Amino acid sequence: MNDRSWSGYLRKDGRKGIRNHLLVVYTVECASFVAQEIAKDEPDVHVIGFPGCYDNDYAFRLMLALSTHPNIGGVLCVGLGCEYTQPSRIAEVVLQSGRPAESFFIQEHGGTRSSIQLGKELLQSIRMKAKDRSVRVPMTWADLIIGSECGGSDGTSGLAGNPVVGRAFDRLVDLGGSAIFEEVVEMIGLRDVLVSRAASPSAAQQLAATYDKAASYCKAVRQYSVAPGNFAGGLTTIEEKSMGAFAKSGRKPIEGVLRVSEMPPHPGLWLLDSVPDSHFMQFGYTNPNDTEGIMDLISTGAQMVLFVTGRGSVIGSAVAPLIKVTGNERTYRNMTDDMDFNAGRILSGQLSLDQASVELMDLIADVASGQSSKPEKLGHREFFLMYKHQDSPSLEAGCRQ
Amino acid sequence: MNTNPACTAFQIHASDNVATLLCEASEGSAVAIAGSSNEIALAAREKVGMGHKIALNRIDEGKPIYKYGVAIGMAIRQIEPGDWVHLHNCRSNFDERSGSLDLYTGVPKGAENE
Repeated sequence: MNDRSWSGYLRKDGRKGIRNHLLVVYTVECASFVAQEIAKDEPDVHVIGFPGCYDNDYAFRLMLALSTHPNIGGVLCVGLGCEYTQPSRIAEVVLQSGRPAESFFIQEHGGTRSSIQLGKELLQSIRMKAKDRSVRVPMTWADLIIGSECGGSDGTSGLAGNPVVGRAFDRLVDLGGSAIFEEVVEMIGLRDVLVSRAASPSAAQQLAATYDKAASYCKAVRQYSVAPGNFAGGLTTIEEKSMGAFAKSGRKPIEGVLRVSEMPPHPGLWLLDSVPDSHFMQFGYTNPNDTEGIMDLISTGAQMVLFVTGRGSVIGSAVAPLIKVTGNERTYRNMTDDMDFNAGRILSGQLSLDQASVELMDLIADVASGQSSKPEKLGHREFFLMYKHQDSPSLEAGCRQ
Repeated sequence: MNTNPACTAFQIHASDNVATLLCEASEGSAVAIAGSSNEIALAAREKVGMGHKIALNRIDEGKPIYKYGVAIGMAIRQIEPGDWVHLHNCRSNFDERSGSLDLYTGVPKGAENE
């Protein structure tokens, strides 16, 4: 397992991708139908975009980060023509990153039909250029950034699903890679546990501040990240769910806290703060659903995300493949087409946590090598983005040079 | 009590006073405790579903419920060994809403619960 290597796509900024997808980006909801139709029947094309007409720094940074993500080879931006977010600005940043890009406003090219036709033509030319520019290079564990998320948690998630991801994260960090976990609102009750994992005094300070912000957020909006299905699955309190979710982080020291669309400055284990900052419009909502958290993780450059679900979930992801892990054998049997990894075997004594983590690492390497994950096979490419306020990093940080 | 345990519950940390059921235990059935515990078995005093928690010791009202070695909530009534530990007898120290949910489905009860 340790010596696995595979062929990746080298980008101008030195990062390496495990896929060579194209993106269609819409800059307002009004352009989303045309964007989806342009991407229809194009298996290598994913669609992302922002529904708001009034723009938002967080959303703009995230779209730039995904448009210049290592798994992306080229981008087409489609706007309606009235909105604040400018398709040409996104295309400009993508061009600077060494990728082919085009943009247009629907209002300048007739209506739905002519815009779809134009989009399809532009996409074909972007695809040819992306193919010409693609440089294949060997890739190994040290080139990987992997995110982790959980959703639809039950009593098995904290016992098997999340611990096996945590153990795989320990291995990835030992092999020089980067591991990112988030869901700070699912660390409520664990302030001391979290801070004690800090790699340095400055990391401890960042972790404490991030925890305190999340705790005051939850108190202010009276929203804790625990839902009816969690209770029915045996989880009683947010503290209990928190400990189970935190198991995804493994046992390595935490290097520090990343903000959305910020890349880890060096390898190791990192916490992503996806919680909104306090703002004149109050906090806004965090974690409206699993896909939102997954997009925040991918914005850090994660080429892949491990998704733990005890009760079962049928989502996939745009831009980076999702590997679905369940600690519940019944869920694995009921949703075999959707579930990549059965961690329930740890609970039934068929294999140890350590053995399971080696098997999971092998699956990660297979998917990194180009094998489709279960959600990819089913054609899943979910994307979600809404308004959120985060102060930093500066806007330029989204424009990766 | 059936002395041949049909079901196992997992105790994560030696200081935990609850264990997580790996299958469904019926009332009166024996449950084997795996993980950190020295205890061999105890009897479920009521039906406890898979993924749910069973009490390993008596827990007095107002005392913490420990899982993973940390307090995950507080007993809101006295809990006996073998009891199902859930929303009816355990409350979050953070989430005020946790006492107002349906015991079996977790769905908010009544219109006042937003």
